[in-house]
Amino acid sequence: MEALCQFFAIYGSLVNFIGINALLALSLYLTMAAGQLSLGSAAFAGIGGYTAGILTMKLGVPFLLSVAAGSILSGLVGLIIGLPVLRLRGVFLAIATLSFGEVVRIAVLNLDITGGAQGLVGIPNLTKTWGIYLALAVAGYTIARLRHSRIGWCFESIREDETAASAMGINTTYYKTLSFVLGAILAGFAGGLYAHLNYIITPREFGFSVAVDLLIFNIVGGIRVWYGPVLGAVLLTALPEILRGTGVTAGPIRMALNGLILLLVILFLPNGLVSIFGRTGQEREKAPVDAVPEEG
Amino acid sequence: MDLLAQQLINGLFIGSVYGLFAVGYTLVFGVLDILNLAHAAVFTLGGLLALWLVETGGLSIWLAFPVSVLCCGILGLLLDRVAFVPLRQRADSNFSGLISSIAMAIIFESAALGLFGARTVRFPAHTVPVHIWRWGGISITSLQVEIVAISLLLMVALTQFLNRARAGKAIRAVAENDRTSRLLGIHVDGIIAFTFFISSALGGAAGILFGLYFDSLSPDMGRSIELKGLAVIILGGMGSIPGAILGGLAFGLSEVLTVAITGTSNLRDAVAFTVLFAVLILRPSGLLGRKKMREA
Repeated sequence: MEALCQFFAIYGSLVNFIGINALLALSLYLTMAAGQLSLGSAAFAGIGGYTAGILTMKLGVPFLLSVAAGSILSGLVGLIIGLPVLRLRGVFLAIATLSFGEVVRIAVLNLDITGGAQGLVGIPNLTKTWGIYLALAVAGYTIARLRHSRIGWCFESIREDETAASAMGINTTYYKTLSFVLGAILAGFAGGLYAHLNYIITPREFGFSVAVDLLIFNIVGGIRVWYGPVLGAVLLTALPEILRGTGVTAGPIRMALNGLILLLVILFLPNGLVSIFGRTGQEREKAPVDAVPEEG
Repeated sequence: MDLLAQQLINGLFIGSVYGLFAVGYTLVFGVLDILNLAHAAVFTLGGLLALWLVETGGLSIWLAFPVSVLCCGILGLLLDRVAFVPLRQRADSNFSGLISSIAMAIIFESAALGLFGARTVRFPAHTVPVHIWRWGGISITSLQVEIVAISLLLMVALTQFLNRARAGKAIRAVAENDRTSRLLGIHVDGIIAFTFFISSALGGAAGILFGLYFDSLSPDMGRSIELKGLAVIILGGMGSIPGAILGGLAFGLSEVLTVAITGTSNLRDAVAFTVLFAVLILRPSGLLGRKKMREA
């Protein structure tokens, strides 16, 4: 027990960050499950975080209510943005969501209510570690259940082949938007928790590089199963600490190692690290490594 | 009036650097349909390497420029070999290529950080002798003229090369359809490697000019131009060289005009990204893009 307390005293904030990052990675996973590449999830986390933070700080709204409000607002923005943007595919969708993310970041940077570049300071410290992990467990369980529901199958068919899915009578616009909005809601929720963890949030924490980090968590962990992104988030968030433990302190080396891990995973494990731990026959069938190149 | 004219001229100068950067971006996209997110890291390395050659190597900038550009071209070959060749046969090479280019971007950036340090540096004074010409209230420096001349020269040379030279025509053929090109006896893999060489060399040249123009270089200077470059190639139409040039100029102008009209630089990027977002939704093929690029 004493050892556990000591561990928490040293690594408590790391444990919290791992949980938040896992939630954020799952929010992107929801959107990627339907084959949609979004680089805007960090911005949705920002919308949720700032909304929740402002509500608790300036209006005295109870913690859970303000986090919920941030998450709902983020979902609404996701709906408004998602409807026009999801007509785009692949790289174009990524760029559109990226530019949305930049607009949000610049808006937050210039508004008075968000505190500008200094950030929103003085958010009460209300998020507890157990709360984060409860949320993670609920989100993980829900997403795992979703996988074998009608919604899950529709997402998967759209990811595999959107044209074919649409020919089979699936309302692709509906399901793509659903995946986008669900992702935005979860990201907003995680953002709200994050805001109440840290006393301060700044626009930088929701920028492009964070969106890329979330994508990396998903790719390194693997996007075929829901625990892939969680695994990626846990490993890559803990990696700097592990490296510090082994004596590697130089910033560039740590960064290069991050890049190297990502490169090795995408080259040799296209389904992510989870594919190391035994693949089911079904998943092996889907491994895209030996697939026939598309007509280009 | 003079102020406005001065702003327009400044916009054209910086726009030509954006254009040069974006041309390399769009060239690779046109040929491979892959967004090469490591382009900005090559841009950074180009600038820093030229500075190192001038400062430590004692070379004149007129010698350091081509040497550094050549090195960037070789980095491009490396990039292609490590990050893109192994993925080429995969069905999802657009997506996995994007990811592996992110990995290479992280590795390149950490190399820049490790080799040149994290500080912001500048070319020594009088690297390029500067004269200032004035007409009424307008002033133009010889450095600005040289920058715009070099970037225009490089862009015109590239256009001529693609239109007339045998290798240039081969690049266009591969961009059109790589399988047919292979059947016609074009060495497709060599042409793709060559495209990366040209693209990265141009990116490095843009990095040097950018560093000279703003008189500051840092390992993360690629971050901001990365997003601007995306905006430029979307605006001009993915894969279109004249589109990238015009898009770059338009983007440079929009930046200085936003600053001139609003009086602050806060909203400079917001306008650009809003325009980008609108273009993506209303006319995804861009201003000069080909229709077939829509759903890459």
